[in-house]
Amino acid sequence: MIEVRHVSKVFTTMDIGTVTALAEVSLTINDNEFFTLLGPSGCGKTTLLRLIGGFETPSTGEIRIDGVDVAGLPPHKRRVNTVFQSYALFPHLTIAQNIAFGLEMLKWSKADIDVRVKEMLALVRLEGYGERNAAQLSGGQQQRVALARALAPRPSVLLLDEPLSALDLKLRKGMQVELKRLQRETGITFVLVTHDQEEALAMSDRIAVMSAGHVLQIGRPEDIYDDPNCCFVADFIGEANLIPGALLGRANVNIVTIRPERVTVGPGDAPAARIAGTVAEVTFIGPDTLYDIGLKDGTRMRARVRGDRGRFHAEEPVTVHWPDEAERELAS
Amino acid sequence: MSMKRTLFLILPAVLFISIFMLIPLMIALVYSFMTSDSYGGVTAPATFDAYIQLLYQQDFDGSLIFSTDYLFIILRSIELAVATTLLCLIIGLPVAWHIVCQNASRRKFLLFLVTMPFWINTLIRTYCWVLILRDQGLINMTLRNLGLIMDPLPLLYNDGSILLGLVYTFVPFMVLPIYSTLERVDTRLIEAAHDLYAGRWQVFRRVIWPLAKPGIVAGSILIFAPALGSFLAPDLLGGGKKLLIGSLIQMQFTSSRNWAFGSALAVLVTATVILTLIISSRRNKVGEVRI
Ligand SMILES: Nc1ncnc2c1ncn2[C@@H]1O[C@H](COP(=O)(O)OP(=O)(O)O)[C@@H](O)[C@H]1O
Ligand SMILES: [Mg+2]
Repeated sequence: MIEVRHVSKVFTTMDIGTVTALAEVSLTINDNEFFTLLGPSGCGKTTLLRLIGGFETPSTGEIRIDGVDVAGLPPHKRRVNTVFQSYALFPHLTIAQNIAFGLEMLKWSKADIDVRVKEMLALVRLEGYGERNAAQLSGGQQQRVALARALAPRPSVLLLDEPLSALDLKLRKGMQVELKRLQRETGITFVLVTHDQEEALAMSDRIAVMSAGHVLQIGRPEDIYDDPNCCFVADFIGEANLIPGALLGRANVNIVTIRPERVTVGPGDAPAARIAGTVAEVTFIGPDTLYDIGLKDGTRMRARVRGDRGRFHAEEPVTVHWPDEAERELAS
Repeated sequence: MSMKRTLFLILPAVLFISIFMLIPLMIALVYSFMTSDSYGGVTAPATFDAYIQLLYQQDFDGSLIFSTDYLFIILRSIELAVATTLLCLIIGLPVAWHIVCQNASRRKFLLFLVTMPFWINTLIRTYCWVLILRDQGLINMTLRNLGLIMDPLPLLYNDGSILLGLVYTFVPFMVLPIYSTLERVDTRLIEAAHDLYAGRWQVFRRVIWPLAKPGIVAGSILIFAPALGSFLAPDLLGGGKKLLIGSLIQMQFTSSRNWAFGSALAVLVTATVILTLIISSRRNKVGEVRI
């Protein structure tokens, strides 16, 4: 279990001055969990990961791993391993030697190391590649070596910093499934960093959504998707309509959010409409039709209607409908 | 690239090496098999005398006695060259590593400092050490004025001062090639090693050292070869008390007027260096680093 308590990190650089990379971050990551730190570039995800790994020290706050305060523990004294974004495979060692590196440092016996290296090569499906050099492998294969190397010493936590961002789309989808399988089979806690919300939704047990050094919301993917607690989360995860409460006649509500797929579009004279507008654009994308609807104060709303086949046309006045349970009122 | 083009491109290098290295070397080789003219230069007939002189001394009656005098000079020179190379490595590796760890602008500044000695003539720089180390020099005078010593310390004219001069002259040749190999090393490799339970020493031994090796080999070659034949530091800082091969060769072409023997010694030094190069390149093939 990893407990992050009120952790802040301030960088001081000569040219920019001080940068607050993390501000009062608190979260708990459970054993055997696939936990994801999700947020746009520069929000402090890597910094948080490096704090857990021991590559940076927090400016304030406390980090506990399995109940132990790790302040002052260098990376090589933490049972935590990292899969680096650039893989960071040792170029002077073979694949097998790369995987054996951590085990040798932990003073495993030669025989145990050989067995473990074979096991890890099989786990990441690279049997027979042990004697090759890292430069001879493709990006996806190098990625799997980096995984095998980090998993070999049986860490209690595996940290992954945007592990899939360097792979092309098809490979990325495959590796998502692979990572999920590895986590299940090894039972090790995975902490994944990504800026890709689809990736986060597809893989995680729980997600922490971050922005500008703050953790905004922590929860299961479906909870975060269905029940965002602020505009940023609603907008960052999937697509969201953000409508000013005033427009819906709710003076004391700041913003109302609804997912486009929960919105239905009716003719302009339909009764019991939430709000009226004009179709600005119609996009037919096979199973669904996307409507961009301009509301009266200029706010754009998007509806994703299943099997509609373009019932309405651009410039046509329409009404917009959604069930009560589909909307959330947001304070910020 | 076509064969013709390749040949054309390496032509300048081939010409340069031929004119400034191979031809002089050939001349030295030929001279070493001639008889020295007592006015300088060489004359016929061709003999092995110069090589015989390496191992034997001529007695008064003309008979040859086995003598190890020159062998010892050669051995001592090799010893000193090896010591110079090792000391340069011990100093140069941490310095190079330190520079690599700095940010870009500090790197530039530190590299500038490393190369600054190249701006001043070696003779002048070496002579400055005489001024610093001699009995009335900077160190002794300072210590005496502070009342720490009565008699001056014997800092000059010994093996230590020669070594100091050589290391001082050659250390940039170790720092620069090691820096250029380490500069290309991804610092995340160091973090990855730390992450995989390697302490500082293990990181050095298992990651930094092997990755710095091409630079270390290059630096060692750049230092060992000229250190073996150097005569400036031994002459100025060693006071010429103990002969080293560089000074010995120089003497043969000046005061001793024994060009044939000087050439034979030069051939020997060159052969030693070439042999060392061949052996070291063979050995490094085994653990060659791919970059
Ligand atoms: N070593 C550092 N020195 C100065 N600023 C840094 C350093 N590392 C990160 N930062 C700053 O901290 C902020 C968060 O960075 P990072 O954690 O890398 O974000 P992310 O991984 O989410 O893209 C950024 O503004 C970045 O510029
Ligand atoms: Mg990052």
